[in-house]
This record gives sequence, C-alpha cells and structure tokens, in this order.
Amino acid sequence: MKKTYSIEVDCANCAMLMEDAARKIDGVASAVVNFMTQKMIVEFEEGRDAKAVMKNVLKACRRIEPDCEIAF
Amino acid sequence: MNRKQKKMLTRIILAAAMLIALAFIPSEGMVRFALYMIPYLIIGHDILLKAFKGIIHGRVFDENFLMAVATIGAIVLAVIDSGDYLEAIAVMLFYQVGELFQSYAVGKSRRNISALMDIRPDYANIEQEGALIQVDPDEVPVGSVIVVQPGEKVPLDGIVEEGASTLNTAALTGESLPREVGAGDEIISGCINMTGVLKIRTTKEFVESTVSKILDLVENASSRKSKSEEFISRFARVYTPVVCIAAVALAVLPPLFNVLVLDSAANWGSWAYRALTFLIISCPCALVVSVPLTFFAGIGGASKAGVLIKGSNFMETLSRTGVVVFDKTGTLTQGVFEVVAIHHNKMEEERIIEYAALAESASSHPISKSLQRAYGREIDRNRVADIQEISGHGVIAKVDGTEVAAGNGRLMERLGLEYADCGSVGTVIHVAIGGEYAGHILISDMEKPTSRQAIAALSKAGVSKTVMLTGDARPVAEQVAASLGVDEVFSQLLPADKVTRVEQLLESKPKNTTLAFVGDGINDAPVLSRADIGIAMGAMGSDATIEAADIVLMDDDPMKVAKAIRISRKCLHIVYQNIIFALLVKLICLALGAVGITNMWFAIFADVGVTVIAVINAIRALRVHNA
Repeated sequence: MKKTYSIEVDCANCAMLMEDAARKIDGVASAVVNFMTQKMIVEFEEGRDAKAVMKNVLKACRRIEPDCEIAF
Repeated sequence: MNRKQKKMLTRIILAAAMLIALAFIPSEGMVRFALYMIPYLIIGHDILLKAFKGIIHGRVFDENFLMAVATIGAIVLAVIDSGDYLEAIAVMLFYQVGELFQSYAVGKSRRNISALMDIRPDYANIEQEGALIQVDPDEVPVGSVIVVQPGEKVPLDGIVEEGASTLNTAALTGESLPREVGAGDEIISGCINMTGVLKIRTTKEFVESTVSKILDLVENASSRKSKSEEFISRFARVYTPVVCIAAVALAVLPPLFNVLVLDSAANWGSWAYRALTFLIISCPCALVVSVPLTFFAGIGGASKAGVLIKGSNFMETLSRTGVVVFDKTGTLTQGVFEVVAIHHNKMEEERIIEYAALAESASSHPISKSLQRAYGREIDRNRVADIQEISGHGVIAKVDGTEVAAGNGRLMERLGLEYADCGSVGTVIHVAIGGEYAGHILISDMEKPTSRQAIAALSKAGVSKTVMLTGDARPVAEQVAASLGVDEVFSQLLPADKVTRVEQLLESKPKNTTLAFVGDGINDAPVLSRADIGIAMGAMGSDATIEAADIVLMDDDPMKVAKAIRISRKCLHIVYQNIIFALLVKLICLALGAVGITNMWFAIFADVGVTVIAVINAIRALRVHNA
C-alpha cells in the first residue's frame, strides 16, 4: 500500500534525513521525501496500519527537525 | 511569506535594531555581557533549543549544533578576551537572514514552478434547470454533459455534443497553434476553450482524465532521483562529519604542536576561532537544495514546452543521448496512409478494395484504416468471419464465405502463392481471394513536415547517430530514410525484430552515451522499455502512451525530441555548475579558514550566500523556450 502525505519542512538537508529516518521505521517498506513538492510518499508493508506507522514516522522526523509537519 | 517567515523577519529587525542601539551605549563587564545577550537570544534562541534537542536525540552534527557551538564559542572568546560580542551575534543574525532568504527563495521558486505546471481546472459547469452551476470536477460522473464557456479550461475528457470552437492546447503541448473542434470530436481536459460555447459529454472521471494524469506524472517526477542527486546525498552524509572532525583536529592539533614541538605559545584562542569558522562552512545545504531544485525547474520548464519527463533520472539519461532510434510510422511519417494505386488486378478495383477492407476490418492499424477509407462505405461486419491476424504478415479472413488474404509478400509466400512485386515506393498490400492472387494495393504514407529538420536538429544537438526502424518494405524505408537524412535504416522488421535491433544498437553505441527510442507508443511498448530512454509522442488522448514511456511528447512533432535533449543538457549543465561552484567556494573557504585568513562573516557567506546563488542559478533551468 502506497500513500502520499503532504509535509512541511524548511531545509532540504533535513528533508533528506527525514527520508532516511522514515525508511528505518518498522512497517515502512519504502519512503521518498520530495522536498520540492513537499510530499512524503510512503509504501507500507503488507497488512500494516498506516496511521499507527505514520505516528512513529512523525516522531522520528521530529527528532531531526523539531518543527516539521506531516499531515496524516 | 508565510507566518513562520514573517515571525523570523520581525526577530531579525528587532535584534538588528538592538545591536545598533547597543553600539551607542557604553558599558563594561557583566552589564555589557547581559545587554548583548538580549539580541543574541532574540535571534538565536530557536537555534540553541534545536541544537540542545539534537544532542539529546543523538544528532550532533547538524547545522543548529554548529551555529550554537560557533557562536557560543565566539562569545566565550569575547568574555575572556576582547569584549567584542558583536561578531557572535552578527554571525547568528546573518545566518538567520540567510536562512530566511533561502527559505523564501526556495519557497517562491517552488511555487512559481508549481504555478507553471498548474493546468488543474477549478470547476466544471453543469446545466441544471436552465441555469449553469459550478461543481468540483471530481464530482462529475462519466456520461454527464458539461458546459465549457469561452475562456474556460476544459475540466474533463469527453466528446463534443454541441457547439464548435477553437481550442488553445498550449498548456498541454507548448504549441500555440489552435485546434478546431466541432460536434462529435474528442476533446481532452487541460485545453482552453477560446471562441464558442461547447457542450461536452464526459467520457472519463476526473482522476482518469488527461489533466490529472499529467499533473500526477509531473508532480511525482522529482521523486525519482537522479544519479547526481544520489551522489549529493551520499556526499552530504560524509561531508559534514568529515568537516567536523577536521574542525576538532584544527582546534586541538596545531596548538599541541606549538607547545610540544615548537615550544612556543599554544595560541588556543585563534585556533579555536578557525575551527569554528570551519563548522559554519560544513553545512551541505547549497548542494542538497540546489540540485533537486534544478531538476524540478527543468522538469517544470519542459512540461510547459509539451515535453513530460517522468523523473530526474530520465532527465539525466536523456542529456547523454548519443543514438536516437525512430520508429517510422506515426513518428517520422504522419501514419496517415492513402491508397494511391491498384496493380496487377484481375477484377475491378472496387471489388479488391472491398474485400481487403472487409478482411482488415478488425484491425486498428493505420493501413487497415486507409483501406476502410478508400472503401468509403459502412463496413458490414456480418460479412466477415474467421479473422486471423498474423503478426508481421497480414490478415486472413472469410468474406462472404470466400477466403481472403491481405498482407505483405511474406504472407503470399506462406500461402504458397505467386505474387507480383511493385515497382513504386509505398506499402504494398497483396490480396489473394479464394486462394488465388488477385493483385496488390499500393498505399503510401506522408512524411511529417518537420521530420527532416528534426533529424538535422538532432545532429546539431550532438547526437552521433540516427536510426530508423520499420516494418515496411526496404524500398519505402530507404527512400524515406534518404529523404530525411537518417544515418541508418532497418526495414522489414517484425515487432520482435525491433527489440533485437535495439539491443544490437545498445551494444554498439559509444561508451557513456545513451540510446533513445522514439515511437508512437501504440505497439512499441517493449522497445520503449528496452531502450535507455523511451520517448513516446502524440500523447494527447492516449493513456497507454503515457504509461509506456519515460518521456512523453504531448504532440507528435519530432522536433520536440531535439528540444527535449537540449532542455536536459541545459538542466544538467546547471546542476554541474552548482555542484562545482558550491564545492569550490566551500573548499576555498575551508582552506583560507584553516590558515586563518577568513573570518566568520566569510564563513557565513560560504554557507548561506552560496546556497542563495545556487538557488537563483537553479531557476534558470525553468526557462526552456530558447533551449
């Protein structure tokens, strides 16, 4: 399952690091952050609850950029 | 400017004003320290907080940390030494100004590019009880009738029910030549209706409409990362830690060397200062933001010119194109065939055309279309049975109970029939009726008016070889190739042969160049995907084409191939400029910083100034009309 979320992040380097962080979250099969369109495209592993996984993704991203936003 | 940026601007103005005021207030010792701390905290409190959080989360080497260490370091030096707090605060101030400017510039260019690509219709008009109401295009079911007034965008794909008008397709194709439509014509979303009121019966939902597909494609394009972007990501991951370690080494090793080996003064302060300037230069932001931004701008600009590039990676591959392989029919030629003559016929011409048209009635190939046009009457499908299509040969079918075979020479050979070759140039359809050769029909195709120019433009753009592949007979192929100036031609190919040919060409192409295949996307999907780059043209209205290719030309003008290559070269040129410029300035500043020539101001320029310049340079990729 693939979902696209709109995000708010100011710095391109942080966006790149957020992508790395999101990939490491349990339940995420792949993640791409598109800084230009301010979007995060996440592919979840089979049968995972997207909302629950995204909670952890946001938490990991906040560690990198405390004022980033992910709308989910 | 958004809310966040406005808040930052206020903080910058406030801190700057206080700094100026403090310059006129004489103060000493702790009072002076306390006074200067006010503007420092106003401007830098969020950086300090983020740096602190970063340390807690185990992320030490981010730019917040670096700025915090550098400015606190400078303040410590000021307390011990000079009492000059100005530098630390100014460094923080300029860093924030730079960040604000950078975020503003990036945001602005992002919005500009998005606006350029914005062909999204806002509403659709539906007639209800004599009045027009505006609804969300998403809510219009298939088969509804929508009304498009002059000046409005066509919101959904459909067929014109009533009215006639001229359409401006510039937003889709980049061409300003208007297109005429009338009742019964297909119409695609994203065009602008210019003259008359149109009533359109929709054939697709909004998400399936051309305009949505294109938007989706372009928006997701920058998510497919190019090699340069991956290089930058890898580089950034290494660069920051290396510079930080170098900074620590710079702060510790030379003073120790001074004390232990040279037996002179350690000079801790001055080396610490140099190390701090090092830290400021260590952020890879200029590279990390400018490279994807350049690709984004390039993709945006190209889409404005009617060239859809599905990813930054394709942009990069396209720029290295050395060999361009064209499919002939529908790509270099118009794919509109006309029956020009009938030879060796033993029965009346009309009868042969009638049999051939009926036998080919199930096929959508341009040749069968032209037979049907030449026949000129309604095809009665009930007269045809047992249709067998033999790929690369032709068709065998029963028409009125009699077996009719229509196809090329190979089909006749397969059936063991003698046939007469044709002396004229064109596509020849041999017809056998009831197991006997009945003559052949000569059909010929027209070259596109810009094909010759397109081939010439390609060699001018630095493409070393152009190749044409076709299923047509050799004389036709060679005549067309010679007239267009194509370097190599392979004729009489079955669809599978085209893949093999392209594979051979892939092996023999010069090193470090790529091979692009240009087709109409209808039956050459395997070749499109086998080539390094698949370019499909004439996407207006054909979803299949958009799916199959890496690069989609909205109209069917072969000139766009050279244009696409030029756009990609320009874009990659800017990418390299930015990479080299940013790295060079940073390395020079690092070198100068290490020997103590530069100061923190300079370091701030090397960080933020370079980013801003690179961002402005990146935006040039958007301008493609001269490319």
